[in-house]
Amino acid sequence: MSGAKPLPPVDDDTRAWWEGLHRGVLLLQHCRACGSVQVYQRAMCGCCLGGDLEHREASGEGTIYSFSTVYRPPSAEFKDDVPYTVVLVELSEGPRMLSTLVDMAPDAVRIGQRVQIVYDRVTEAITLPRFRPLASSATTP
Amino acid sequence: MARSLSGEVAIVGVGETPVGKVPGKSALWFNAEATRVALRDAGLDKSQVDGLLTGTSFVAPFHRMSVAVSEYLGIQPTFSNTLEVSGATAAASIGLAAAAIHSGLAEAVVVCCGDNMLSGMTRDRAVQALVSSRDPQYEAPFGLLVPTTFALTAQRHMHEYGTTPEQLAQVAVTMREHARRAPGAQMTAPITVADVLASKMVTTPYHVLDCSLVSDGGVAFVLTSAERARDFRTKPVYVLGAGESYSQEHIFCAESLTTTGARISSERAYRMAGLRPADMDVAGIYDCFTGTVVTMVEDLGFCAKGEGGPFVAAGEITFGGRIPTNTHGGLLSYAHPGIPGGFFHIAEVVRQLRGEAHGRQVAGARLGLVHSLGGGFATNATIVLGTERNG
Repeated sequence: MSGAKPLPPVDDDTRAWWEGLHRGVLLLQHCRACGSVQVYQRAMCGCCLGGDLEHREASGEGTIYSFSTVYRPPSAEFKDDVPYTVVLVELSEGPRMLSTLVDMAPDAVRIGQRVQIVYDRVTEAITLPRFRPLASSATTP
Repeated sequence: MARSLSGEVAIVGVGETPVGKVPGKSALWFNAEATRVALRDAGLDKSQVDGLLTGTSFVAPFHRMSVAVSEYLGIQPTFSNTLEVSGATAAASIGLAAAAIHSGLAEAVVVCCGDNMLSGMTRDRAVQALVSSRDPQYEAPFGLLVPTTFALTAQRHMHEYGTTPEQLAQVAVTMREHARRAPGAQMTAPITVADVLASKMVTTPYHVLDCSLVSDGGVAFVLTSAERARDFRTKPVYVLGAGESYSQEHIFCAESLTTTGARISSERAYRMAGLRPADMDVAGIYDCFTGTVVTMVEDLGFCAKGEGGPFVAAGEITFGGRIPTNTHGGLLSYAHPGIPGGFFHIAEVVRQLRGEAHGRQVAGARLGLVHSLGGGFATNATIVLGTERNG
């Protein structure tokens, strides 16, 4: 590891998300007015602009919607991590989120694979959400 | 019929600086020198310029880039702004300049853009500048670089439509062939599909040769009303249509990775122009990566959704094909100085429509499209240009 990687600067909109991850829970914002579920966390519903939002625990499971394995690091801090696979995960609850894969060889990654969240405690205050293949990893189209 | 600027404004001047590695010059110089050449091309004195638009620089520190450029040129415009919609800035700035002229905000507008990303920054600083534009909470901690954002879209296109790495590579090969015909292009050594596939992997499915260049360079245009354009010595190129679309900021919020805002922006531009994709003789398409061209020829209406791979592989984007695209070699082989990159597509289409693309002229080109985009298809802007006011 060479130098510090960027850490999320938590704010009022996103505190519940990051605090949830730090205690091992993926929280998604549900709008009580229109029922939409959103990533990322906002002070209002991105669909109806309502402010009555509720954080609910998500399954932490999803499907790989797309991926790219990075061989050329964006900055020196990621030099020791390459190759790493950036994934767009479509969560079972609907929204997509960006993360990286663990426990998976780059050549084995396929769109449609089922994945499960892993909580990666990177500092005393911050836990990053990552994903690994589900044990019974069936591929869906 | 809604009020429209179609045919009301013309590009009457175009100017470019040398591109590639041009050491010792500032971002301001690239803007100002391109503008000086464009004014000379138009035969317009700088005292007649009352508007100036430009894009942001990665190197220069100015928060008011358009104002800094104006000062360098010794002009005090009454309409000015620095646009920031990443890659889409190019076509978007022409639309905005045309709107300003059509509405009476300005009479003669310079649209310019220049930067010295290659000579003015280390590679690390250039990459860092792009990384620091990612969301600090939801993207940057995962080591997301700009090419990866676009790579995610290409990977999905391959999954949904069977697009192949060879088809992507063909775009790079075609752009290189075009650059060999364009004087001053940065990269002119011939390459093959095999060369592209054998080049170092950056972020799957993109190899180094699937990715655009890092360059120095500047380009500028002079625009005025169609009425005034008659008094200029240059052959006017009319703005017939303009459309934009801003669909999301984060790649994970995109509804689709394979059908983009380009469909909306181009439909708006075609409708304003009263023209169809089949009417276009030549195109400039933002080719920051090979796969963007594949997706764009679909969304811009040149082929059906999913057929972009076979379309580029069949030679449809080169001379003699359905829509000769980036006849100067594009961002992949001519030059990509950052935000200015997309402005070179406009310059090339203008030259094609004037009949001045010596050695690479598309015979009889009357109508052209330019599409600019940025941020993993977050931003899209399309313009339709033509040699006649009525398309």
